[in-house]
Amino acid sequence: MAGMVEVKHLTKYYGNFLAIENVSFEVKKGEIVGFLGPNGAGKTTTMRIITGFLPPSSGTAAVAGYDLVDKSRQARAHIGYLPETVPLYTDMTVEGYLSFMGTIRGMNPKRIKARIADVIDSCRLGDYRKSDIGKLSKGFRQRVGIAQAVLHEPDVLILDEPTIGIDPIQVVETRALIKDLAGTHTVILSTHILPEVSMLCSRVLIINEGLIVAEDTPKELANRLQGVERLEVEIQGPRIEVMGVLEKIRGVLEVACSPNGSDQNVYKIQARRGLDLRPTVSRAVISNGWSLLNLQLVSMSLEEIFLKLTTSEEINV
Amino acid sequence: MRNTWAIAWKEIRGYFTSPVAYVVALIFVALTGYFFVRSVDSILSGPNFPEASLRDTLRQISVFILPWLAPVLTMRLLAEEQKMGTIELLLTSPVRDWEVVLGKFIATMVFFLGALALTLWYVLMLAWRGNPEIGPLLSGYLGIILYGGAAISIGLLASSLTSNQIVAAVVSLGILVLLTFLEVGADQVTGVASTVVGQLGMTTHFDDFVRGVIDTSNVVYYVSLMAVMLFLTVRSLETRRWR
Repeated sequence: MAGMVEVKHLTKYYGNFLAIENVSFEVKKGEIVGFLGPNGAGKTTTMRIITGFLPPSSGTAAVAGYDLVDKSRQARAHIGYLPETVPLYTDMTVEGYLSFMGTIRGMNPKRIKARIADVIDSCRLGDYRKSDIGKLSKGFRQRVGIAQAVLHEPDVLILDEPTIGIDPIQVVETRALIKDLAGTHTVILSTHILPEVSMLCSRVLIINEGLIVAEDTPKELANRLQGVERLEVEIQGPRIEVMGVLEKIRGVLEVACSPNGSDQNVYKIQARRGLDLRPTVSRAVISNGWSLLNLQLVSMSLEEIFLKLTTSEEINV
Repeated sequence: MRNTWAIAWKEIRGYFTSPVAYVVALIFVALTGYFFVRSVDSILSGPNFPEASLRDTLRQISVFILPWLAPVLTMRLLAEEQKMGTIELLLTSPVRDWEVVLGKFIATMVFFLGALALTLWYVLMLAWRGNPEIGPLLSGYLGIILYGGAAISIGLLASSLTSNQIVAAVVSLGILVLLTFLEVGADQVTGVASTVVGQLGMTTHFDDFVRGVIDTSNVVYYVSLMAVMLFLTVRSLETRRWR
Protein backbone atom coordinates (compact mmCIF):
# COMPACT_ATOMS: atom_id res chain seq x y z
CA MET A 1 0.00 0.00 0.00
CA ALA A 2 1.19 3.47 -0.79
CA GLY A 3 2.12 5.60 2.17
CA MET A 4 -0.27 8.10 3.68
CA VAL A 5 2.53 10.61 3.59
CA GLU A 6 5.20 10.37 0.93
CA VAL A 7 8.10 12.73 0.96
CA LYS A 8 10.70 12.52 -1.76
CA HIS A 9 13.99 14.38 -1.96
CA LEU A 10 12.71 17.52 -0.27
CA THR A 11 15.09 20.42 -0.24
CA LYS A 12 14.28 23.85 1.07
CA TYR A 13 16.30 27.00 0.92
CA TYR A 14 15.44 30.21 2.72
CA GLY A 15 17.36 32.60 0.54
CA ASN A 16 20.83 31.12 0.67
CA PHE A 17 20.21 29.21 3.85
CA LEU A 18 19.73 25.50 3.36
CA ALA A 19 17.05 24.41 5.83
CA ILE A 20 16.56 20.82 4.74
CA GLU A 21 18.36 18.76 2.17
CA ASN A 22 17.15 15.74 0.25
CA VAL A 23 14.72 14.58 2.91
CA SER A 24 12.80 11.44 1.94
CA PHE A 25 10.52 9.26 3.98
CA GLU A 26 7.22 7.52 3.90
CA VAL A 27 4.59 7.11 6.58
CA LYS A 28 2.05 4.33 6.37
CA LYS A 29 -1.54 4.47 7.49
CA GLY A 30 -1.92 4.24 11.25
CA GLU A 31 1.74 4.77 12.02
CA ILE A 32 2.99 7.23 14.59
CA VAL A 33 6.27 8.60 13.40
CA GLY A 34 8.49 10.74 15.54
CA PHE A 35 10.58 13.49 14.13
CA LEU A 36 13.51 13.92 16.39
CA GLY A 37 16.13 16.57 16.21
CA PRO A 38 17.61 19.56 17.96
CA ASN A 39 16.23 23.04 17.45
CA GLY A 40 16.85 24.36 13.99
CA ALA A 41 17.30 20.89 12.54
CA GLY A 42 14.55 21.40 9.98
CA LYS A 43 11.62 19.69 11.71
CA THR A 44 9.25 22.61 11.44
CA THR A 45 10.30 23.36 7.88
CA THR A 46 9.57 19.78 6.85
CA MET A 47 6.19 19.89 8.56
CA ARG A 48 5.31 23.19 6.97
CA ILE A 49 6.02 21.69 3.58
CA ILE A 50 3.89 18.62 4.30
CA THR A 51 1.01 20.85 5.39
CA GLY A 52 1.27 22.99 2.28
CA PHE A 53 2.20 26.15 4.16
CA LEU A 54 5.60 26.37 2.50
CA PRO A 55 6.63 25.12 -0.90
CA PRO A 56 9.72 22.98 -1.25
CA SER A 57 12.63 24.37 -3.25
CA SER A 58 12.82 20.97 -4.88
CA GLY A 59 11.41 17.51 -4.31
CA THR A 60 7.84 16.47 -3.70
CA ALA A 61 5.52 15.79 -0.80
CA ALA A 62 2.18 14.05 -1.02
CA VAL A 63 -0.52 13.38 1.53
CA ALA A 64 -3.16 10.71 0.90
CA GLY A 65 -1.90 10.53 -2.67
CA TYR A 66 -2.33 14.24 -3.37
CA ASP A 67 0.71 16.32 -4.18
CA LEU A 68 1.09 19.33 -1.91
CA VAL A 69 1.91 21.61 -4.81
CA ASP A 70 -0.37 20.46 -7.63
CA LYS A 71 -3.32 19.25 -5.56
CA SER A 72 -2.66 21.33 -2.49
CA ARG A 73 -6.27 21.82 -1.44
CA GLN A 74 -7.20 18.15 -1.72
CA ALA A 75 -4.09 17.21 0.22
CA ARG A 76 -4.79 19.82 2.90
CA ALA A 77 -8.29 18.42 3.33
CA HIS A 78 -6.70 15.26 4.75
CA ILE A 79 -4.47 17.03 7.24
CA GLY A 80 -4.92 18.10 10.82
CA TYR A 81 -2.13 20.40 11.93
CA LEU A 82 -0.90 21.70 15.22
CA PRO A 83 1.81 24.30 14.61
CA GLU A 84 4.50 24.83 17.16
CA THR A 85 3.22 28.09 18.60
CA VAL A 86 -0.47 27.03 18.58
CA PRO A 87 -1.82 30.08 16.81
CA LEU A 88 -5.39 30.78 17.91
CA TYR A 89 -7.82 33.65 17.52
CA THR A 90 -7.73 35.03 21.03
CA ASP A 91 -10.97 36.97 20.65
CA MET A 92 -13.06 33.88 19.98
CA THR A 93 -14.57 31.40 22.37
CA VAL A 94 -13.36 27.80 22.32
CA GLU A 95 -16.60 26.64 20.77
CA GLY A 96 -16.78 29.50 18.29
CA TYR A 97 -13.23 28.85 17.20
CA LEU A 98 -13.74 25.12 16.73
CA SER A 99 -16.91 25.80 14.81
CA PHE A 100 -15.04 28.21 12.51
CA MET A 101 -12.22 25.74 11.93
CA GLY A 102 -14.76 23.01 11.19
CA THR A 103 -16.52 25.17 8.64
CA ILE A 104 -13.41 26.13 6.71
CA ARG A 105 -12.52 22.47 6.60
CA GLY A 106 -15.74 21.75 4.83
CA MET A 107 -17.65 20.01 7.61
CA ASN A 108 -21.41 20.39 7.65
CA PRO A 109 -23.04 22.08 10.66
CA LYS A 110 -24.49 18.88 12.02
CA ARG A 111 -21.16 17.07 11.98
CA ILE A 112 -19.41 20.13 13.43
CA LYS A 113 -21.78 20.11 16.37
CA ALA A 114 -21.31 16.41 17.02
CA ARG A 115 -17.55 16.54 16.63
CA ILE A 116 -17.15 19.63 18.83
CA ALA A 117 -18.92 17.71 21.58
CA ASP A 118 -16.51 14.81 21.00
CA VAL A 119 -13.27 16.78 20.97
CA ILE A 120 -14.27 18.99 23.87
CA ASP A 121 -14.81 15.79 25.77
CA SER A 122 -11.61 14.04 24.68
CA CYS A 123 -9.47 17.14 25.18
CA ARG A 124 -11.14 17.83 28.53
CA LEU A 125 -12.22 21.32 27.62
CA GLY A 126 -15.76 20.91 28.97
CA ASP A 127 -15.60 23.74 31.49
CA TYR A 128 -14.10 26.14 29.00
CA ARG A 129 -16.28 25.76 25.93
CA LYS A 130 -17.65 29.28 26.31
CA SER A 131 -14.40 30.86 27.48
CA ASP A 132 -12.43 33.34 25.42
CA ILE A 133 -9.32 31.66 24.10
CA GLY A 134 -7.31 34.73 25.09
CA LYS A 135 -8.04 34.02 28.74
CA LEU A 136 -6.92 30.39 28.68
CA SER A 137 -3.59 29.20 30.06
CA LYS A 138 -0.92 27.82 27.78
CA GLY A 139 -1.86 24.24 28.55
CA PHE A 140 -5.49 24.77 27.70
CA ARG A 141 -4.60 26.58 24.52
CA GLN A 142 -2.54 23.57 23.60
CA ARG A 143 -5.62 21.43 24.11
CA VAL A 144 -7.67 23.73 21.93
CA GLY A 145 -4.91 23.41 19.35
CA ILE A 146 -5.09 19.64 19.46
CA ALA A 147 -8.89 19.77 19.42
CA GLN A 148 -8.89 21.77 16.19
CA ALA A 149 -6.32 19.43 14.67
CA VAL A 150 -8.42 16.32 15.22
CA LEU A 151 -11.83 17.97 14.80
CA HIS A 152 -12.39 16.92 11.21
CA GLU A 153 -10.98 13.43 11.81
CA PRO A 154 -8.14 13.92 9.35
CA ASP A 155 -6.27 10.96 7.92
CA VAL A 156 -2.97 12.57 8.78
CA LEU A 157 -2.14 14.49 11.91
CA ILE A 158 0.90 16.68 12.02
CA LEU A 159 1.91 17.84 15.46
CA ASP A 160 4.83 20.20 15.85
CA GLU A 161 6.23 19.88 19.38
CA PRO A 162 2.86 19.02 20.91
CA THR A 163 4.11 18.90 24.50
CA ILE A 164 6.36 21.91 24.59
CA GLY A 165 5.73 24.56 27.21
CA ILE A 166 2.96 22.88 29.15
CA ASP A 167 3.06 21.56 32.69
CA PRO A 168 4.02 17.96 33.45
CA ILE A 169 0.51 16.73 34.18
CA GLN A 170 -0.72 18.19 30.93
CA VAL A 171 2.22 16.61 29.16
CA VAL A 172 1.12 13.20 30.38
CA GLU A 173 -2.45 13.92 29.35
CA THR A 174 -1.44 15.17 25.95
CA ARG A 175 0.65 12.07 25.35
CA ALA A 176 -2.27 9.87 26.34
CA LEU A 177 -4.42 11.79 23.91
CA ILE A 178 -1.95 11.26 21.09
CA LYS A 179 -1.65 7.60 21.96
CA ASP A 180 -5.44 7.30 21.70
CA LEU A 181 -5.27 8.64 18.18
CA ALA A 182 -2.89 5.93 17.06
CA GLY A 183 -4.35 3.34 14.75
CA THR A 184 -7.14 5.52 13.44
CA HIS A 185 -4.89 8.38 12.43
CA THR A 186 -1.52 8.59 10.85
CA VAL A 187 0.55 10.83 13.07
CA ILE A 188 3.77 12.68 12.50
CA LEU A 189 5.02 14.46 15.56
CA SER A 190 8.18 16.39 16.12
CA THR A 191 9.92 16.66 19.40
CA HIS A 192 13.26 17.04 21.00
CA ILE A 193 12.17 15.11 24.05
CA LEU A 194 13.49 11.58 23.77
CA PRO A 195 11.31 9.60 26.16
CA GLU A 196 8.34 10.97 24.27
CA VAL A 197 9.51 9.29 21.11
CA SER A 198 10.03 5.86 22.62
CA MET A 199 6.73 6.23 24.43
CA LEU A 200 4.61 7.21 21.48
CA CYS A 201 6.21 6.40 18.21
CA SER A 202 6.42 3.25 16.20
CA ARG A 203 9.17 4.75 14.14
CA VAL A 204 11.69 7.53 14.53
CA LEU A 205 13.29 9.81 12.01
CA ILE A 206 16.26 11.62 13.33
CA ILE A 207 16.97 14.86 11.59
CA ASN A 208 19.97 17.02 12.09
CA GLU A 209 21.09 20.08 10.16
CA GLY A 210 18.45 19.46 7.54
CA LEU A 211 19.39 15.85 6.89
CA ILE A 212 17.70 12.66 7.98
CA VAL A 213 20.50 10.87 9.75
CA ALA A 214 18.66 7.78 10.94
CA GLU A 215 15.31 6.09 10.60
CA ASP A 216 14.03 3.05 12.49
CA THR A 217 11.89 1.84 15.37
CA PRO A 218 13.06 3.30 18.66
CA LYS A 219 14.25 -0.15 19.74
CA GLU A 220 15.98 -1.12 16.54
CA LEU A 221 17.54 2.27 16.36
CA ALA A 222 19.09 1.74 19.74
CA ASN A 223 20.43 -1.67 18.61
CA ARG A 224 21.62 -0.54 15.28
CA LEU A 225 23.31 2.55 16.46
CA GLN A 226 25.18 0.79 19.13
CA GLY A 227 27.17 -0.93 16.41
CA VAL A 228 29.11 -2.48 19.25
CA GLU A 229 28.05 -4.16 22.46
CA ARG A 230 29.50 -2.62 25.52
CA LEU A 231 30.40 -4.35 28.75
CA GLU A 232 31.48 -2.89 31.99
CA VAL A 233 33.48 -5.24 34.11
CA GLU A 234 34.93 -4.66 37.52
CA ILE A 235 37.84 -6.96 38.20
CA GLN A 236 40.25 -7.37 41.04
CA GLY A 237 43.59 -8.27 39.55
CA PRO A 238 46.80 -6.84 38.07
CA ARG A 239 45.68 -4.22 35.59
CA ILE A 240 48.19 -4.77 32.80
CA GLU A 241 47.70 -8.51 32.81
CA VAL A 242 43.93 -8.23 32.95
CA MET A 243 43.97 -5.86 30.00
CA GLY A 244 46.10 -8.30 28.06
CA VAL A 245 43.78 -11.22 28.70
CA LEU A 246 40.62 -9.25 27.95
CA GLU A 247 42.03 -7.95 24.70
CA LYS A 248 42.72 -11.47 23.49
CA ILE A 249 39.15 -12.65 23.88
CA ARG A 250 37.55 -13.29 20.50
CA GLY A 251 35.18 -10.56 19.45
CA VAL A 252 36.61 -7.88 21.69
CA LEU A 253 37.35 -4.73 19.78
CA GLU A 254 38.66 -2.50 22.45
CA VAL A 255 39.33 -2.45 26.15
CA ALA A 256 39.57 0.76 28.09
CA CYS A 257 40.47 1.30 31.67
CA SER A 258 41.46 4.35 33.56
CA PRO A 259 43.84 3.17 36.30
CA ASN A 260 42.91 4.23 39.80
CA GLY A 261 46.12 3.07 41.45
CA SER A 262 44.62 0.03 43.11
CA ASP A 263 44.11 -3.53 41.94
CA GLN A 264 40.44 -3.08 41.56
CA ASN A 265 39.53 -1.50 38.25
CA VAL A 266 36.57 -0.97 35.98
CA TYR A 267 37.21 -2.10 32.41
CA LYS A 268 35.08 -0.94 29.55
CA ILE A 269 34.92 -3.50 26.79
CA GLN A 270 33.57 -2.94 23.32
CA ALA A 271 32.65 -6.06 21.43
CA ARG A 272 31.35 -6.82 18.00
CA ARG A 273 27.66 -6.29 17.66
CA GLY A 274 25.42 -9.24 18.41
CA LEU A 275 27.99 -10.96 20.60
CA ASP A 276 27.24 -11.48 24.25
CA LEU A 277 30.67 -11.80 25.81
CA ARG A 278 29.58 -12.09 29.41
CA PRO A 279 30.17 -15.86 29.73
CA THR A 280 33.55 -15.73 28.00
CA VAL A 281 34.73 -12.75 29.99
CA SER A 282 33.68 -14.17 33.33
CA ARG A 283 35.32 -17.52 32.57
CA ALA A 284 38.53 -15.82 31.53
CA VAL A 285 38.66 -13.80 34.72
CA ILE A 286 37.96 -16.74 37.00
CA SER A 287 40.39 -19.09 35.24
CA ASN A 288 43.16 -16.55 35.76
CA GLY A 289 42.43 -16.53 39.45
CA TRP A 290 41.15 -12.95 39.63
CA SER A 291 37.93 -11.82 41.22
CA LEU A 292 34.96 -10.76 39.15
CA LEU A 293 33.22 -8.04 41.15
CA ASN A 294 30.74 -6.74 38.66
CA LEU A 295 29.76 -7.44 35.08
CA GLN A 296 27.11 -5.69 33.11
CA LEU A 297 25.91 -5.07 29.61
CA VAL A 298 25.65 -1.38 28.85
CA SER A 299 22.96 -0.38 26.42
CA MET A 300 22.93 3.04 24.94
CA SER A 301 19.89 5.13 25.76
CA LEU A 302 18.13 7.09 23.08
CA GLU A 303 19.49 10.15 24.75
CA GLU A 304 23.02 9.00 24.04
CA ILE A 305 22.14 8.06 20.51
CA PHE A 306 20.69 11.45 20.05
CA LEU A 307 23.75 13.10 21.45
CA LYS A 308 25.92 10.88 19.37
CA LEU A 309 24.00 11.62 16.24
CA THR A 310 23.75 15.26 16.73
CA THR A 311 27.38 15.70 17.55
CA SER A 312 27.94 14.88 13.89
CA GLU A 313 29.51 11.47 14.32
CA GLU A 314 29.46 9.07 11.46
CA ILE A 315 27.17 6.12 11.86
CA ASN A 316 28.76 2.93 10.72
CA VAL A 317 26.22 0.22 10.17
CA MET B 1 -18.14 30.18 -1.13
CA ARG B 2 -19.04 28.65 2.22
CA ASN B 3 -15.50 29.33 3.38
CA THR B 4 -15.82 32.94 2.28
CA TRP B 5 -18.94 33.45 4.36
CA ALA B 6 -17.41 31.67 7.34
CA ILE B 7 -14.40 34.00 7.20
CA ALA B 8 -16.59 37.06 6.62
CA TRP B 9 -18.82 36.17 9.55
CA LYS B 10 -15.84 35.58 11.81
CA GLU B 11 -14.42 39.02 10.96
CA ILE B 12 -17.75 40.77 11.41
CA ARG B 13 -18.03 39.27 14.86
CA GLY B 14 -14.41 40.29 15.40
CA TYR B 15 -15.30 43.94 14.80
CA PHE B 16 -17.90 43.86 17.50
CA THR B 17 -15.93 41.93 20.10
CA SER B 18 -13.32 44.67 20.08
CA PRO B 19 -14.00 48.33 20.79
CA VAL B 20 -13.05 49.21 17.21
CA ALA B 21 -16.56 48.95 15.82
CA TYR B 22 -18.07 51.17 18.47
CA VAL B 23 -15.40 53.84 18.39
CA VAL B 24 -15.42 53.96 14.61
CA ALA B 25 -19.23 54.09 14.47
CA LEU B 26 -19.30 56.87 17.05
CA ILE B 27 -16.79 59.04 15.21
CA PHE B 28 -18.52 58.28 11.94
CA VAL B 29 -21.88 59.43 13.25
CA ALA B 30 -20.40 62.53 14.86
CA LEU B 31 -18.59 63.61 11.71
CA THR B 32 -21.39 62.84 9.26
CA GLY B 33 -23.82 64.59 11.60
CA TYR B 34 -21.65 67.68 11.51
CA PHE B 35 -21.28 67.52 7.70
CA PHE B 36 -25.02 67.11 7.32
CA VAL B 37 -26.01 69.95 9.60
CA ARG B 38 -23.46 72.19 7.92
CA SER B 39 -24.91 71.44 4.51
CA VAL B 40 -28.53 72.15 5.44
CA ASP B 41 -28.16 74.95 7.93
CA SER B 42 -28.54 78.30 6.21
CA ILE B 43 -26.06 80.05 8.49
CA LEU B 44 -23.40 77.36 8.61
CA SER B 45 -23.52 76.59 4.92
CA GLY B 46 -22.28 80.08 4.20
CA PRO B 47 -22.79 81.56 0.76
CA ASN B 48 -24.29 78.34 -0.66
CA PHE B 49 -28.01 78.11 -0.60
CA PRO B 50 -28.97 75.10 1.55
CA GLU B 51 -30.68 72.37 -0.35
CA ALA B 52 -32.37 69.10 0.40
CA SER B 53 -29.60 66.79 -0.77
CA LEU B 54 -26.77 64.73 0.65
CA ARG B 55 -24.39 65.92 -2.03
CA ASP B 56 -21.99 67.70 0.29
CA THR B 57 -22.30 65.14 3.04
CA LEU B 58 -21.40 62.24 0.75
CA ARG B 59 -18.56 64.22 -0.79
CA GLN B 60 -17.16 64.97 2.63
CA ILE B 61 -17.48 61.34 3.64
CA SER B 62 -15.37 60.43 0.62
CA VAL B 63 -12.70 63.03 1.35
CA PHE B 64 -12.60 63.27 5.14
CA ILE B 65 -13.81 59.92 6.41
CA LEU B 66 -12.93 57.12 4.00
CA PRO B 67 -9.17 57.82 3.89
CA TRP B 68 -8.90 56.93 7.59
CA LEU B 69 -11.92 54.67 7.94
CA ALA B 70 -10.72 52.12 5.39
CA PRO B 71 -7.21 51.78 6.89
CA VAL B 72 -8.61 51.47 10.42
CA LEU B 73 -11.08 48.78 9.42
CA THR B 74 -8.66 46.77 7.30
CA MET B 75 -5.28 47.13 9.01
CA ARG B 76 -5.92 44.19 11.33
CA LEU B 77 -7.43 41.77 8.84
CA LEU B 78 -4.35 40.13 7.34
CA ALA B 79 -1.52 41.75 9.30
CA GLU B 80 -2.68 40.25 12.57
CA GLU B 81 -3.08 36.79 11.05
CA GLN B 82 0.55 37.00 10.03
CA LYS B 83 1.75 38.37 13.34
CA MET B 84 -0.12 35.84 15.47
CA GLY B 85 0.71 32.99 13.12
CA THR B 86 -2.96 32.13 12.70
CA ILE B 87 -2.39 32.49 8.97
CA GLU B 88 -0.57 29.17 9.18
CA LEU B 89 -3.72 27.32 10.19
CA LEU B 90 -5.86 29.33 7.81
CA LEU B 91 -3.67 28.64 4.81
CA THR B 92 -3.14 24.99 5.69
CA SER B 93 -6.91 24.49 5.79
CA PRO B 94 -8.47 23.50 2.51
CA VAL B 95 -9.48 27.07 1.67
CA ARG B 96 -8.47 28.94 -1.44
CA ASP B 97 -6.49 32.14 -1.03
CA TRP B 98 -9.16 34.18 -2.80
CA GLU B 99 -11.80 32.88 -0.42
CA VAL B 100 -9.78 34.30 2.48
CA VAL B 101 -9.36 37.67 0.78
CA LEU B 102 -12.96 37.91 -0.39
CA GLY B 103 -14.28 36.90 3.03
CA LYS B 104 -12.31 39.65 4.73
CA PHE B 105 -13.34 42.18 2.09
CA ILE B 106 -17.00 41.28 2.50
CA ALA B 107 -16.74 41.61 6.28
CA THR B 108 -15.38 45.15 6.02
CA MET B 109 -17.93 46.06 3.35
CA VAL B 110 -20.75 44.84 5.60
CA PHE B 111 -19.43 46.98 8.43
CA PHE B 112 -19.07 49.97 6.12
CA LEU B 113 -22.60 49.49 4.75
CA GLY B 114 -23.87 49.30 8.31
CA ALA B 115 -22.19 52.60 9.15
CA LEU B 116 -23.54 54.09 5.96
CA ALA B 117 -27.03 52.90 6.87
CA LEU B 118 -26.84 55.24 9.86
CA THR B 119 -26.81 58.17 7.42
CA LEU B 120 -30.24 57.12 6.13
CA TRP B 121 -31.48 59.02 9.15
CA TYR B 122 -30.40 62.22 7.40
CA VAL B 123 -32.36 61.17 4.33
CA LEU B 124 -35.43 60.75 6.50
CA MET B 125 -34.91 64.22 7.93
CA LEU B 126 -34.55 65.67 4.45
CA ALA B 127 -37.75 63.97 3.37
CA TRP B 128 -39.52 65.23 6.46
CA ARG B 129 -38.60 68.89 6.13
CA GLY B 130 -37.85 69.15 2.42
CA ASN B 131 -38.34 67.52 -0.89
CA PRO B 132 -35.13 65.73 -1.85
CA GLU B 133 -34.66 64.30 -5.32
CA ILE B 134 -34.54 60.55 -5.11
CA GLY B 135 -32.28 60.02 -8.16
CA PRO B 136 -29.15 61.80 -6.96
CA LEU B 137 -29.61 60.22 -3.54
CA LEU B 138 -29.58 56.73 -5.01
CA SER B 139 -26.70 57.41 -7.36
CA GLY B 140 -24.86 59.18 -4.54
CA TYR B 141 -25.13 56.14 -2.32
CA LEU B 142 -24.03 53.88 -5.18
CA GLY B 143 -21.03 56.16 -5.64
CA ILE B 144 -20.02 56.17 -2.00
CA ILE B 145 -20.38 52.38 -1.80
CA LEU B 146 -18.08 51.94 -4.81
CA TYR B 147 -15.68 54.53 -3.41
CA GLY B 148 -15.68 52.76 -0.05
CA GLY B 149 -15.15 49.38 -1.69
CA ALA B 150 -12.13 50.69 -3.57
CA ALA B 151 -10.70 52.28 -0.42
CA ILE B 152 -11.23 49.07 1.56
CA SER B 153 -9.55 46.94 -1.10
CA ILE B 154 -6.52 49.23 -0.92
CA GLY B 155 -6.47 48.80 2.86
CA LEU B 156 -6.68 45.04 2.51
CA LEU B 157 -3.73 44.97 0.14
CA ALA B 158 -1.67 47.04 2.58
CA SER B 159 -2.63 44.67 5.39
CA SER B 160 -1.46 41.67 3.39
CA LEU B 161 1.98 43.16 2.85
CA THR B 162 3.06 43.38 6.46
CA SER B 163 2.57 41.78 9.84
CA ASN B 164 2.52 45.20 11.46
CA GLN B 165 -0.91 46.81 11.72
CA ILE B 166 0.45 50.33 12.06
CA VAL B 167 2.55 49.94 8.94
CA ALA B 168 -0.49 48.58 7.09
CA ALA B 169 -2.60 51.54 8.24
CA VAL B 170 0.02 54.13 7.33
CA VAL B 171 0.60 52.63 3.89
CA SER B 172 -3.08 52.55 3.00
CA LEU B 173 -3.67 55.99 4.50
CA GLY B 174 -0.85 57.34 2.38
CA ILE B 175 -2.17 55.78 -0.82
CA LEU B 176 -5.71 56.96 -0.12
CA VAL B 177 -4.69 60.52 0.65
CA LEU B 178 -2.64 60.56 -2.53
CA LEU B 179 -5.53 59.24 -4.63
CA THR B 180 -7.89 61.71 -2.95
CA PHE B 181 -5.79 64.74 -3.82
CA LEU B 182 -4.62 63.70 -7.27
CA GLU B 183 -7.42 65.79 -8.68
CA VAL B 184 -5.82 68.88 -7.16
CA GLY B 185 -2.46 67.75 -8.52
CA ALA B 186 -3.92 67.50 -12.00
CA ASP B 187 -4.33 71.27 -12.05
CA GLN B 188 -0.61 71.73 -11.60
CA VAL B 189 0.27 70.06 -14.88
CA THR B 190 -1.06 70.55 -18.38
CA GLY B 191 -2.16 68.56 -21.39
CA VAL B 192 -2.25 64.78 -21.42
CA ALA B 193 -0.45 64.61 -18.08
CA SER B 194 -3.22 66.58 -16.47
CA THR B 195 -5.86 64.27 -17.89
CA VAL B 196 -4.01 61.14 -16.84
CA VAL B 197 -3.32 62.35 -13.30
CA GLY B 198 -6.86 63.63 -12.95
CA GLN B 199 -8.40 60.40 -14.18
CA LEU B 200 -6.34 58.37 -11.71
CA GLY B 201 -7.71 60.32 -8.75
CA MET B 202 -10.52 58.77 -6.73
CA THR B 203 -12.46 62.01 -6.23
CA THR B 204 -12.47 62.82 -9.94
CA HIS B 205 -14.88 59.97 -10.57
CA PHE B 206 -17.12 60.71 -7.65
CA ASP B 207 -18.77 64.02 -8.47
CA ASP B 208 -20.96 62.62 -11.22
CA PHE B 209 -22.54 60.20 -8.76
CA VAL B 210 -23.61 62.84 -6.25
CA ARG B 211 -24.96 64.96 -9.05
CA GLY B 212 -27.21 62.10 -10.09
CA VAL B 213 -25.23 60.81 -13.06
CA ILE B 214 -24.18 57.20 -13.26
CA ASP B 215 -21.44 57.21 -15.86
CA THR B 216 -20.17 53.77 -16.90
CA SER B 217 -16.57 54.98 -16.99
CA ASN B 218 -16.79 56.03 -13.34
CA VAL B 219 -18.31 52.71 -12.32
CA VAL B 220 -15.59 50.93 -14.29
CA TYR B 221 -12.92 52.99 -12.53
CA TYR B 222 -13.98 51.98 -9.02
CA VAL B 223 -14.81 48.39 -9.90
CA SER B 224 -11.50 47.85 -11.66
CA LEU B 225 -9.58 49.54 -8.84
CA MET B 226 -11.29 47.14 -6.43
CA ALA B 227 -10.63 44.13 -8.66
CA VAL B 228 -6.97 44.96 -9.14
CA MET B 229 -6.40 45.58 -5.44
CA LEU B 230 -8.14 42.35 -4.40
CA PHE B 231 -6.24 40.44 -7.07
CA LEU B 232 -2.96 41.84 -5.80
CA THR B 233 -3.95 40.93 -2.25
CA VAL B 234 -4.53 37.33 -3.32
CA ARG B 235 -1.16 37.29 -5.06
CA SER B 236 0.47 38.82 -2.02
CA LEU B 237 -0.93 36.00 0.14
CA GLU B 238 0.32 33.50 -2.41
CA THR B 239 3.82 34.91 -2.41
CA ARG B 240 3.81 34.74 1.39
CA ARG B 241 3.09 31.06 0.95
CA TRP B 242 5.72 30.67 -1.74
CA ARG B 243 8.44 32.79 -0.30
